[in-house]
Order: sequence, then C-alpha cells, then structure tokens
Amino acid sequence: MRLRDTLRSGLEALLGHGLRSLLTILGILIGIAAVILTVGLGEGAQSSVNSAISALGSNLLVITPGSSVSSSGVFAGFGSATTLTLADADALESKRVAPNVSGIAPTSQQPGTLTAGAANWTTSVVGTTASWVQVRDRQVAEGGFFTRAQVKAAADVTVIGATTAQELFGGEVPIGQTVDDGNVSLTVIGVLTTAGSSGSTNQDDMALVPITTAQQQIFTSGSSLSDVYATAINAAALSGAYQEIDDELLALHHIDQPSAADFTITTQDQLQSTANSVNRTLTDLLAGIAAISLLVGGIGVMNIMLVSVTERVREIGLRKALGAAPGEIRRQFLVEAASLGLIGGIGGVGLGVVGAIVIPHFESSPITISAFAAVGAVVVAMAIGLVFGVYPAARAARLSPIVALRTE
Amino acid sequence: MAAEPRDPAARVPVMFDDEPTLPIVPAAPGPPGRRSIIAIENVWKTYHPGDLAVHALRGVTFGVSEGEFVAFMGPSGSGKSTLMHIMGCLDNPTSGRYLLDGQDVSALSEVQLARIRNRRIGFVFQSYHLLPRLSASRNVELPLVYAGVAPDQRRQRALAELTKVGLAERVQHRPTELSGGQQQRVAIARALVTNPAVVLADEPTGNLDSQAAIEILDLLRTLHRAGRTVVLITHDADVAAVAERIVQIRDGQISSDSGAA
Repeated sequence: MRLRDTLRSGLEALLGHGLRSLLTILGILIGIAAVILTVGLGEGAQSSVNSAISALGSNLLVITPGSSVSSSGVFAGFGSATTLTLADADALESKRVAPNVSGIAPTSQQPGTLTAGAANWTTSVVGTTASWVQVRDRQVAEGGFFTRAQVKAAADVTVIGATTAQELFGGEVPIGQTVDDGNVSLTVIGVLTTAGSSGSTNQDDMALVPITTAQQQIFTSGSSLSDVYATAINAAALSGAYQEIDDELLALHHIDQPSAADFTITTQDQLQSTANSVNRTLTDLLAGIAAISLLVGGIGVMNIMLVSVTERVREIGLRKALGAAPGEIRRQFLVEAASLGLIGGIGGVGLGVVGAIVIPHFESSPITISAFAAVGAVVVAMAIGLVFGVYPAARAARLSPIVALRTE
Repeated sequence: MAAEPRDPAARVPVMFDDEPTLPIVPAAPGPPGRRSIIAIENVWKTYHPGDLAVHALRGVTFGVSEGEFVAFMGPSGSGKSTLMHIMGCLDNPTSGRYLLDGQDVSALSEVQLARIRNRRIGFVFQSYHLLPRLSASRNVELPLVYAGVAPDQRRQRALAELTKVGLAERVQHRPTELSGGQQQRVAIARALVTNPAVVLADEPTGNLDSQAAIEILDLLRTLHRAGRTVVLITHDADVAAVAERIVQIRDGQISSDSGAA
C-alpha cells in the first residue's frame, strides 16, 4: 500500500465522523494551549525579572545587613539586622581599600507621604549619596542630582522619579517646587528618566534625598543603612571587588570567620539566578498541571479510536479480505490517531498564540511563546496521538476477517 | 472480457512486482488439458469452542480446474462456509493440503495469505460489503490500493471493470445511491479488478429480489463463458443450478459431486 493511500484512508475516516473527531481534537487542543501558555507565562516572567535586575545597573554588587546564614544555621531574612553604617560605606569608597570598586551608594529607605499643595502621594523616600545616579546607572531628565557638598551639608533637596513627579505635580514643571514630608520642606532639584517597573518595585516612584538629610531630619530610626550598592570598574573586576568589600567589612566589624559575617554581598548574577529558580519552580508546577490535561486529551484519543475500531469491524474485515495485511490496517488507524494529535497540536499552538496576544491586555504579565516551544508542542501532540493510538490500532490489526465479515 | 487462453505469465500483471517468492509445488492433476486452480486434499478443520472438538470439515478432497463454474451446495451447518473460508485463504486448514493455482497455501502466514487473497481471489459476498462513503469507482479500486497500484492505473482499471458489469454511468455514485443488484455488480467488478485466479461468490443473490438475482446469476454465467473460474457457495438448489457442476456438502464431507469422474 502506498503512503499516500494510507494517509488518505486515515484522513477520510476522520472526516467521516466530523463532530466526533472535532471534539477529540478539542481535548488535545486545550491541553496543548494550556501547556504552551503556562510555559510562555514562565518565560515572560523570567525575561521581565531579568530586565528588571539588569535595570539595577551594571557590574553591580548589593551589600545588605545581616547574614544570609545565621550562626545557628537558621535563615534570617535579608535586612533583618541593622549592621551597616555610613562609616562602612565611606571606608569602601577609598581607592586604596577597594581599587576594583568604582562607586559606592549607601541607601536608607523608608516609606513617606509627600505633599505638594493639595496633592499628596505616598512613596519610597530613599536617602543616598551623590554617586547613586552613577552606581545605579540612571539619568536625570530635568534639573540635576544633588552634589557631594549638598550631602555633606544635609541640604533640604530632593530628586524624584517620573511617576512621583506626575502624581504630585501633574503637568506642571516640578523643578524649584517644594514638597513636604512631615515637618521637612524639600526643594525639587531634579526628575529621573523612567526605568520601568521591575516586578514588585516601581523604579520610577521614589524620592531621593541626601542621606544626611534623611537620617537627621526625616527618618525616625537610627543611622543604619538598608542597602549599599557598589559597582565594580568592569565585569572582570567583579570578583575582585567582591573580595575587597568582604575583607574590608569583616575587618571593620571585627569578625574573624567569614562564615560569621553580619552582612551579605549579592551579585547581580546571584539575584538573577535566585529569581529565576523561584520562577522555574512555579512554571514547572503550572506546566505539570497543564500536562495532566494533555494526558486526559490523549486518553480521549484512545477512547474514540477504540469506538472507531468497534464501529468499523465490518470495514476492517472487508479490507483484510481484499488483501490488507495486519500492518496496513494498523498503519491506517495510527494515521488517524496521529492526525487527531497533530491537528489538535496545531490548533492548540494557534490558541496559545492568540492567548499570548490577548491575555497581557487584561493581566500585566507578559507571555513569550518561542518557536521552539511551538514546534515542540505540535510534535508532542502528534506523539500523544500516536502513543494512545497504538492499542486501538493493534486491536484493529488483530481482528479476524471471518469474524469481522460476519458481523452485521 | 478476455476469452483467450491464459498462461500463468499473463495472469500475473507487471504491477505486482513485489510478488513474494512462494514455494511453487506441482498441482494435483485435474481433468486432462486444463490447469488446476483449486486442489484440496484431505482437508480437516477442527474448532475447539469448549472441551469438545467440533469437526467442521472431515477429510474433504476435490479439485477445480481453470474455467470451471462449480456450485458448492449444502444446508447451514454443513461446513460449506468453512470450506469457502479455506478456499478464500481467510483461514488455514487444521490438516490436509490446499494448492491454489499451483501454490501450497495451507501453512502460510497471515501476511502471505493477505497477499494471496489480494492477487488470486475475487470475493463476492451476500451483503455486498461495499464501503458506504466511497464511490463505486473507489470501491472497485480498493484491492488495487492494497496491491500498491498507482492511482491513474487504478481508476482506468476500475472504469474498465465497471463498464463490463454495465455500470459505466454510475462510476461516481455511492453505494447508497445504487439498487441492491447494482451494488452487487460493483462488488463483482471489485472481485474482477485484480484479474484473480478464481471468483468466490458466497450466496451472491441472498439479499436480492428474484429479478436482480437472475441478472447477477446471468452475469456470473457470462464471466464463466468468458473463461473465468467461478466458485459459487449457496444453500439454494435453484441458484446452484446455473453452475455446470454441483458439489453437495453434508456434515463436513462431500456427499455428491456431479463433475466427479
């Protein structure tokens, strides 16, 4: 029997039961669409987290207070201790101590409600130094950033993010205006360019003030820092910078054992891999659930193929009497089952692509469907059809032509 | 209809180029001057439905020569259906030997039997057994599909056979659009399209009214006159009467044979 004839007889049998074939295909289609969308959602989330992390700056190291592993071996939350001070940051700025470090930006952060005229807006008030703008790789859109002198003098100035500016001043020019945080009046001297939102934190909604001003006038708690951002002079210098910071802070804090450190240094790569591994676990879980629906679709194919074999006992008997070998009957039914899977797979990828375009309009999560995932999904769908078609096809091939012809 | 004497080389058409190499055993001698098409020697068929052995055939021996028109007659349960299954290579005998057109087919595998059925035997069934979704032409083409014949050639040969049975105008009709007699003609065209060694007709008039039955029997007679070997299986003496030789089957044995020397 020619391949063309095998394909034709299989497809004709499918068309002969249009509605039934369609419903079976639907089972596979929904399963494939679910898998491809959850995987796409995972990939989309991963790329948005990655771009958020790289938006933090380049060659960045983040020093946070507290140990990642406490002496008792129990995990303490990041930032749960208050061990980093401005003096630590000042020490790291020395070229002699840390030649591989090109910039240090200590930050201290608290939520605060700013008022400007009738408008008020709750945002994140960040106390930092003049090098923040360089370390975090940000630009000032209007006005300028505060200077070292202004930090030293604890000047009442602030640089705000684009969102904050919009909320407080609407269309007005913010530069030169005054915002109040509690009793302190701050003059807006600059607005940052937009950097986009990165997952949980909006990089465009903040009010930067000199750290001295923050600690002396605005913040209620003492002089501890929430993070110290450091940049290495280049990518190759990252590990050197890491070592220098580690050594210097251990020495300043009088700690002998590196394992007993009361601070944690995290590189951008580590941030990325931590975020990705959390992401991957979630994606795997969702894809696993979606795969179960695909399995159910496969069982649907098997069910319908068994019905089809029972229904066509006479046809199979006749084909055998006319000279069809068992293998030829088997192939005809396998073509039918594989076609159900293939059509379901193509339809499922189609539905997934439509979903990837439509869903982000309602949910703020981007969905990325790669060509690899699409092709893989179609291949998997066809394989599911084939695998679940093996048993029904074998049953058809085993039918005795005598018994089959006698059936009325 | 080709009436010229057919030699074995002419019977096997060129498109069957993947012909399996089957052992060719010299056939039992039939009537002088005629080639043996069916030679059945002491064939037994035993079923074991429970603990008891049921002998459907008990040592049957007979021969059918080329160009003969033989009717096998017997009541239901006589073993004639079992004999037809064995003659049609749908089943293997439990013991004994069966030579079809010179080949021993008594112990062939399922795949080999399928090939023999495809090339050597043309079946005509009581209930036509046409595929309802296919046109008359595609039903006739079906055996050629399994023989691996190219589509163009299949269509040509199907049209030729349908023309011979008087259905040239109905080539694209589906079975449901044809009368019972016409459907059986399509089935006969399908039986002939591979140019088989023997046409096996199992109660071909069982589902037809008397007028259509007469037409179908006439058609079988015409095939016989044109040189075809035709084997008819029936329980009806009037139907068997159209054949030139009648073999009576009773209790799994041949009780009489009008053509026996």
